[in-house]
Amino acid sequence: MAESGAATASEGTPRRDFLNLVTASFAAVGVGAIAWPFINSMQPARDVLAMASTDVELAPIAEGQAVTVMWRGKPVFVRHRTAAEITAAREVPLSQLPDPQPDQARVQKDGWLIVVGICTHLGCVPLGQKPTDARGDYGGWFCPCHGSHYDTSGRIRKGPAPRNLEVPQYTFTSDTKIRIG
Amino acid sequence: MASGLHDSDFKNPVVRWIDQRMPVFTMMQKEYGSFPTPRNFNYFWNFGALAMVNLMIMIATGIWLAMHYTPHTSMAFDSVERIMRDVNFGWLLRYVHANGASMFFIVVYIHIWRGMYYGSYKAPRELLWILGVVIFLLMMATAFMGYVLPWGQMSFWGATVITNLFSAFPVVGNWIVSLLWGGFSVDNPTLNRFFSLHYLLPFVIVGVVFLHVVALHITGSNNPLGIEPKSPKDTLPFHPYYTAKDSFGLVIYFIVFAVLVFFAPNYLGHPDNYIPADPLVTPPHIVPEWYFLPYYAILRAVPNKLGGVLLMFGSILVWFILPWLDRSPVRSMRFRPVARIAFLLWTVAFLVLLYCGGQPPEEPFVTISRVATAYYFAYFLVILPLLGRLERPLPLPESISRAVLGGGGQVPAGAAAKPMEKA
Repeated sequence: MAESGAATASEGTPRRDFLNLVTASFAAVGVGAIAWPFINSMQPARDVLAMASTDVELAPIAEGQAVTVMWRGKPVFVRHRTAAEITAAREVPLSQLPDPQPDQARVQKDGWLIVVGICTHLGCVPLGQKPTDARGDYGGWFCPCHGSHYDTSGRIRKGPAPRNLEVPQYTFTSDTKIRIG
Repeated sequence: MASGLHDSDFKNPVVRWIDQRMPVFTMMQKEYGSFPTPRNFNYFWNFGALAMVNLMIMIATGIWLAMHYTPHTSMAFDSVERIMRDVNFGWLLRYVHANGASMFFIVVYIHIWRGMYYGSYKAPRELLWILGVVIFLLMMATAFMGYVLPWGQMSFWGATVITNLFSAFPVVGNWIVSLLWGGFSVDNPTLNRFFSLHYLLPFVIVGVVFLHVVALHITGSNNPLGIEPKSPKDTLPFHPYYTAKDSFGLVIYFIVFAVLVFFAPNYLGHPDNYIPADPLVTPPHIVPEWYFLPYYAILRAVPNKLGGVLLMFGSILVWFILPWLDRSPVRSMRFRPVARIAFLLWTVAFLVLLYCGGQPPEEPFVTISRVATAYYFAYFLVILPLLGRLERPLPLPESISRAVLGGGGQVPAGAAAKPMEKA
């Protein structure tokens, strides 16, 4: 079309170019408007989003114990830390950490550590929730897939994982209850 | 030309590089660019392209709906409601898919009617026509199984009635029915296999559509005059003339489609299908979707079970032999004064059957259905074969260009009548 337009009077060329440009733009907008509902329909549906928070009762969890709860289809580790564990996490100089983050920035109340139980390497669930589990060299968690060691603040200390265990968004809804998400 | 490479005419170096090794651009240019097309198409010739677009819309929306649908009797209905309420734009995908089925049948019915009126089924286009009938049968099977998937009352009882049709056949009937059901009634195995086949058949349709288009591009299109193009003056390149005309038709089609989807999305559906399927309660008045009503009327017009089933299937199977039932050498009904009236009456009979199929099986609808059914078959089996011998058609125009440009006079004044008559 553009070629036949160019063959006619030189004055006609910009007009034909303009028409082509407008047509192409209009088509692009139309294709986008049609594609968007298809793409957006693949995002989480409203019932999935409605189920996206989890309430956890903390009272039954004694010091030194840990529970695993499901949140958005993923395990979340809730650990009631002992004083020794807190101290161990806070004494480490940040310069020794692959992903430097102070323990205070990772907890809302000193005794309660809440992290997503998914290794930041390739997505396995680390061991360390049960008293019989291997907890790695730093007393936190140990990922059996590729040998990542996490400390009592859930920070990566040794192994291939690049980042600390993720801290999910949560709030204390009362002294003994949290809502994750 | 380098050894083994296609001799490409394209200037763009990337296009040319590909085209030399795999001449798809040359093919598209030949089949959809410069493809010689009769210059006298009317808007009835839009409907093939519309059907193609509609098929793609159905496949796209269907694939996306399948991402959210659960083919299990205990979850299917709720998963469809979840699509309507919770999935982002799920309501749009489902309404486009459901009304898209209706639009597909509207478009294809007009496409078939066009073929019958202008004699597009006649030699040399018999195979093209037969492939079209195959596509239509596949469409019907696909639409029927798709309607079962929401697992509402009409889904369930429609599936029960239609699958039971096969029990009318002697000896093998019950074997076929249990083969369709995978059990002792329409149940979860039925739903599972219908979902599987409903996903498969559209791609089979794509394959047959491809053959339909291949056959079309060998014989070339028929046209409203029903005479073959004789010279280059009788044709136009497909692009831009018919790409533009099809695009205009497409805009009108989208407007109708949008009105249905956004303003009357359930107008063509049945409210009973928003009641979850209940194998213990049959709705008081079962009707299939509107596009099946004519055949449903034929089924109910016959007081014998096997007879009704045979006539119902026969009403479409007879289309396969239409090219050999109608022996008149004149294609277009424009030049067949008697057949034209007979065919328009057949159209009325078809619409009457469509209406009667939606009514309760009582008088006067039973008698009306019987008369319309009788005429439906008489047109194909008696009237057309007889008219092929007895009818005196009107004189055909000398050529398409003569008819279109000059109205049958001498060389049309002002028209491009330079010596172009090669063929």
